[in-house]
Amino acid sequence: MQLHWIDYTIILIYFAFVLGIGVVLKRYAKTSSDFFLSGRSIPAWITGLAFISANLGAQEVIGMGASGAKYGIATSHFYWIGAIPAMVFVGLFMLPFYYGSRARSVPEYLKLRFDEKTRALNAISFAVMTVFSSGVSMYAMGKLLHLLLGWDFTMSVLLSAGIVLVYTYLGGLTSAIYNEVLQFFLIVAGFVPLVLIGMKDVGGWSGLQARLATESVARGFDPGALTESWQHMGTPAANPMGVEWFGLVMGLGFVLSFGYWCTDFLVVQRAMAADSMNSARRTPLIAALPKMVFPFLVILPGMIAISVAAPSDTGLAGRTPATYRLETTAQAGAPTALPIMQRSLIPPKLDDKGNPVVGTDGRVALDYDLAIPQMLGRYFPSGMLGLGLCALMASFMSGMAGNTTAFNTVWTYDIYQSYIKPGASDSHYLAVGRYATVFGILISIGAAFVANRFNNIMDLLQLVFAFVNAPLFATFMLGMFWKRTTGHGAFSGLLAGTLAAAVHHGLTLPVGAVAGVKGGWLAQAVHTYPSEMAQNFWTAIFAWTTCFVVTILVSLFTEPKRDEELKGLVYALTPIPHDRNLPWHKRPAVLATIVLGLTLLLNVIFW
Amino acid sequence: MDIRFPLGLMFAIVGALLAGFGVMTTSSTMYAKHSLGVNVNLWSGLGMLAFGLTMLWLARRAKPQG
Repeated sequence: MQLHWIDYTIILIYFAFVLGIGVVLKRYAKTSSDFFLSGRSIPAWITGLAFISANLGAQEVIGMGASGAKYGIATSHFYWIGAIPAMVFVGLFMLPFYYGSRARSVPEYLKLRFDEKTRALNAISFAVMTVFSSGVSMYAMGKLLHLLLGWDFTMSVLLSAGIVLVYTYLGGLTSAIYNEVLQFFLIVAGFVPLVLIGMKDVGGWSGLQARLATESVARGFDPGALTESWQHMGTPAANPMGVEWFGLVMGLGFVLSFGYWCTDFLVVQRAMAADSMNSARRTPLIAALPKMVFPFLVILPGMIAISVAAPSDTGLAGRTPATYRLETTAQAGAPTALPIMQRSLIPPKLDDKGNPVVGTDGRVALDYDLAIPQMLGRYFPSGMLGLGLCALMASFMSGMAGNTTAFNTVWTYDIYQSYIKPGASDSHYLAVGRYATVFGILISIGAAFVANRFNNIMDLLQLVFAFVNAPLFATFMLGMFWKRTTGHGAFSGLLAGTLAAAVHHGLTLPVGAVAGVKGGWLAQAVHTYPSEMAQNFWTAIFAWTTCFVVTILVSLFTEPKRDEELKGLVYALTPIPHDRNLPWHKRPAVLATIVLGLTLLLNVIFW
Repeated sequence: MDIRFPLGLMFAIVGALLAGFGVMTTSSTMYAKHSLGVNVNLWSGLGMLAFGLTMLWLARRAKPQG
């Protein structure tokens, strides 16, 4: 992929604005509340867009494109089942507690609701996870830019980290939010033309359906398995995801999705920055509207990529499919039995030596993560290509910024102020927050380099994070809706749930996988799942259920807080805000109904 | 600072740049090769420019002192 002056210019303009915004916003970051929570002054439409953009890191954009190529329209489940219901729930029912309790972070809510040890558990695990996630983003971006453009990995990491550091250091959360809004519109500007042109090339939706029917049959499924999202969810064998509807709805739709959207401080922080309770509640609902539509922007390109033939001169940084074949035959010394040609836009996955990776079924593995970059290279001339890459870079960087602002807040308020130096002045904590930004980024850079050297460590870490996240929602749900839940209950529930996730993972394996990072490390696999995704969903279900049961049991045997202490923290003791006199578009219940109705409609259309 | 100001400004500048580049390269072969013959630089550029100017106008309207 070759960039020309126009592409570089667009990218530079973006960097200039991103840094400029940080510089201008510095003067508004005078107190710690300004720096960490934007002084709770941001209007709902901005927090709404930031809410969804903070979530829309490049791993999501690239990952959803990859999943679109792998699983077809069923990938939309990650949005229509795996996000929208949870977003509606958090807006309607949980933000009154997050915002009304005046907690400055999610761990702080846990402290107010439960006790210090529950806060500490959540704060420390979240802080570690978020700073490592930032590192993984840096690593992924460095690798991608190296592969596509030949840019030096170290330079990409340091440059992106440096830019993020400058604007989050100067302007705090407000900087991050403003840049997230920029990122949102960049993605729209980059991907709408891509989808329009790509769809035109395949002959519209019916043309795409026909091509994917061929692909689906070639993979051993029904013709519609890639273009119908529910009809093939009866059994794992009928769809490329390898899951059935119950595991999907409960595992993804309930546990994982609610666990993320309702408890992850990265997104909740954006709603907490809103200018009023009403704005805070509307934030996820406003975010849900573009979230519903995003499958068309990020999943469709993946589906198009797998159904379009590779033009004769596609390649990565100068390598063509013909070169793949030449290298392989040269290595083997004889024509190989495997067809290495690139049937679609998606190239074969190559190992470090440049040889195609072969899966356990004897077929060449495809590098699905390259679906979106390949689409950009195929359909965009110079100019738009720069814009598309800029949108990708913006996604990576705003993901890093989101992680960094979440980290510096949790560090300063939940770890430093709580355990290291309580009772200091606000300007002291503001300074600590800025230092935390710096060392948070440094740790992330370190994590990025570690990930580059030891791929498996990153897989392992992300696995551990999944174990920690899985039970969280049970704790919050019980905490917010059952006043009998106690601190001891919450703490033991979280530990038990995390342990349950680990044990479940250690005793099961997805079909065809080797014991290790994929599972089965505790003992001989007790159960085999049809796919890694199914295993993930069921791990989540076990973890959540364990946490739920343990929390209830332990709470019944321990002392709860008195009612006066729980006002504003628990459903039964908090007045739900009345909004009957507000215009319809400012009423959360109305927005929620519209969002759910539209989502249902989309599910029906793509049934 | 109203976010619509930098948002609008960035898209107006990038949009104008892309549209101008699109005009300059109308006879280039790259459009046939990539975007099915459509001058996507010009059209997207104009769209972004319109968006940017709208944002700037909204920002200006919100601020009485202009």
